[in-house]
Amino acid sequence: MTALGKLFGATAFRLALAILLLSAIGAGVVLTVIAWQVVSVVDREIARTIDAEAKGLIYAFDTAGIRRLDAIIEARKREPGASLYLLTNPIGEPLAGNVEQIPAEVLLHPGFLPIIYRGSGAGGREREALVGVYILPGGFRLLIGHDLGDRARIEAVMVHALAISLVFFAALGAAGALFVARRVLKRIDDMNTSAQGIMAGDLTRRLPVSGSGDELDRLAEGLNEMLGRIAVLMEGLREVSDNIAHDLRTPLTRLRNHAEAALAFGGDAAAYRQALEKTIEESDGLIRIFNALLLIARAEAGGDLGPPQPVDVGEAARSVAELYEPTAEQEGLALTVHAEDGLKVRGNRELIGQAIANLVDNALKYGAPNKGAGAWPKPDVVIAAKRVGGSIILTVADRGPGIAAADRARVLDRFVRLEGSRSRPGSGLGLSLAAAVARMHGGIVELEDNRPGLRVRLTLPAAPDEPAEAPAPAELVLNDRNAG
Amino acid sequence: MSDMRILIIEDDRDAAQYLAKAFREAGHVVDQANDGVTGYDLALEGGYDVAVVDRMLPKMDGLTLVGALRKQMNETPVLILSALGQVDDRVKGLRAGGDDYLSKPYAFSELLARVEALARRGPKGAPEETVLRVADLTLDRLSHKVTRRSEEIVLQPREFRLLEYLMQNAGKVVTRTMLLEHVWDYHFDPQTNVIDVHVSRLRAKIDRDFDAPLLNTVRGAGYMIRDGAR
Repeated sequence: MTALGKLFGATAFRLALAILLLSAIGAGVVLTVIAWQVVSVVDREIARTIDAEAKGLIYAFDTAGIRRLDAIIEARKREPGASLYLLTNPIGEPLAGNVEQIPAEVLLHPGFLPIIYRGSGAGGREREALVGVYILPGGFRLLIGHDLGDRARIEAVMVHALAISLVFFAALGAAGALFVARRVLKRIDDMNTSAQGIMAGDLTRRLPVSGSGDELDRLAEGLNEMLGRIAVLMEGLREVSDNIAHDLRTPLTRLRNHAEAALAFGGDAAAYRQALEKTIEESDGLIRIFNALLLIARAEAGGDLGPPQPVDVGEAARSVAELYEPTAEQEGLALTVHAEDGLKVRGNRELIGQAIANLVDNALKYGAPNKGAGAWPKPDVVIAAKRVGGSIILTVADRGPGIAAADRARVLDRFVRLEGSRSRPGSGLGLSLAAAVARMHGGIVELEDNRPGLRVRLTLPAAPDEPAEAPAPAELVLNDRNAG
Repeated sequence: MSDMRILIIEDDRDAAQYLAKAFREAGHVVDQANDGVTGYDLALEGGYDVAVVDRMLPKMDGLTLVGALRKQMNETPVLILSALGQVDDRVKGLRAGGDDYLSKPYAFSELLARVEALARRGPKGAPEETVLRVADLTLDRLSHKVTRRSEEIVLQPREFRLLEYLMQNAGKVVTRTMLLEHVWDYHFDPQTNVIDVHVSRLRAKIDRDFDAPLLNTVRGAGYMIRDGAR
C-alpha cells in the first residue's frame, strides 16, 4: 500500500473526515438560523420605518388635503436614497410617486408585503421591496416602500460567511484528520517495528508507550505485559534447560562411567550384568528427573491440565496416607490424617495426589527427629485438610529438624537439596513439583515452622458448589477435539 | 505366558526391531508394521492377542488407528506407546479406545508385563470369576474372604485388592506401577518403595506361616503370584 493509501485507509483519518462533515453541517445550520433571524429583524425595522413615515404623510393629508400630500411626495421622491412612493386615486390611477409598474392587486388591501417593482426612469431594473399600503379617507391609496437591497446584502454576507467557514472547516478538518491519522499511524508503525524486532529475537524489547494513557497506550501496555509473561516463561524454560544441563550431566557422566568401566576392565558375566543393572538403574533415575522437570516446566508455563474434574482433597489425602502408611511404620513414624469431608477442588486428581504424595514422602524422609533430642514431641507426621473460606488448605506436618526460615523459599526451587539431605535418595524435585502442581491449580505451597519440625501448607482454590457433578457436554466437546 | 501373537506398530525401526527381538525372546510371535495404515490393515486381519501401537505414526496416527479399529468392532487389546508427556495424554489414549498406555522411555520388563496382562484379559465382557485360586490360596470376591489351606486370612481392604489383582494375574509379572494403577488408581511413579512395603505386608500375611511361598519378587520387574509346585 502506498503511504497515501495507507493514510486514507486509516481508521483515524476516516473518523476525522466524518467529524469534519458533521461539524460543517452544524455550522451551516447555525449560520442559516442566524441569517434568518437577522433578516426578520431587518424586515421588522423596515416595516417600522415605513409605518412612521406613513403616519407623517397621513397626518399631512388629514390636515392639508391631497394636494399637500402630493407635493410632499413629489418633493421626497427626489431626495437621495428616497423610499418608494405611490399615491393613487380611489380607482387606482397614479397621482404621484416614483413607482411605475406594480401589480394592481397590491393596492387592494392595506398591510405589508414584499413586491417586485421596476423603478421610474428608463432601464430600471426589477427590484425587491417591502411595501406598506394605506387607505386614506376618501379612498386614496398610499404606498410606501423600502428597497430590500440591504436585506439582500446581509444575505450575501451570510452566504459569504458560510462559504468562508466551510472552507475554514474543511482546511482545519483535513489538517486535523491528517495530523491524527499520521500520529496514530506513526505510533502503530512504531509498535509494528517493535513487534518485528521482538519477533526477530530481541525479547527484551517492548512496545513504545507514549504516556498519554489513551487506548493505544493501554493496548501497548497490555501487549507488553503479555511479552513480560512470555519472557518469564522463556526464562523458566531456559532455567530448566540450564538445570537439565547441570543436573543431568552428573548422573549421565556416572552412567557413562559405569558402562565404560565395565568395558575397560572386563570381568565375568556377573560383573557385566552388575554394570548393566547399574546402568539401567541410573537411566531410570534420569528418566524420573526428566519427567519431573518437564511437569514442573509445564506447570510454570500454565500447562494443560486436561479436563478439570472435581477432586476431593480429603479423599486424596486419605488414599495417599493409606499408600504411605506401611512405609511410615517402617520408619518408626505415625502417619495420621485429619480431613473434613467434601473438600472439593477442580483439577487433576493424579497431579494433586502426586503433590500430596511428594509432601508425605518428604515428611517421611526428613521428618524423623534428630537423634539425642530430649523432650521431643512424638514423631508424628500429620496430614490435615480443611476448608477456610474459598480455599482448601492441606498441611503435612512433621517433627523433624525443620527448615530454617531463610531456606524455606529456596527449597521450593528445582534441585535444591539442603545440606544433610544430599546423602538421602531423591532428586530434589519433590517440593518444587508439589509447588508447580499447586500453581497449575491456582494454588500455592508454603513452608511453615511446626515448632519443632516442618509444616508444608498446600492451598488450593475450592471448587464452586455445584449441585450435580461433571456435566456430560464437556466430555462430548473433548471427544470432538480428539476426533479432529 | 508364551505363544502370544503380538503386533508392533512403530515407525522407529530400531525400537521396533528391539521390541520384536525382546518379545520373541520372551516366547511370543511378533509381526511389525512401520506406519499406521499398514498396521491398521494387519490389525484388521485379526488374530493378534495384543497390538503395541506408537502414538506418532506416519500415514495414520496411533489414536486414529485405535479409534478406526474399534469402529470396525475389532477388539484387539491395544497398548499405546507415547513419547508425549502431557498430563492428560493417558486419558486421551484410553478414551480413544486404547486398553493401556505407557510413556517412553519405559523398561521393557514393564511393557512385557503390561502386554501379557492385556492378552490374558481375554475378550471383553467375559464373566469374571468370583473365586480366585492359586494353589491352596482362595480369594472370594463376593464374600471378601481369603483363605489359605482353609485358614482364614484377615486382610485390610487395600490388601485385599492388592491380592485380588495379583491373583487375577496369577503366573504373570505385575509391576509396581501396575499395582499402583490398579489398586490405588494413581499413575505416577512413586519415588520410594511404598509398593514394596505394601507387598511385603501382604506377603507376611499370606506366606509367613506356610512353607511354600506364593508371592514372589521378580527381580528388576515386579511381583508374581503363582503356584510354586507347578
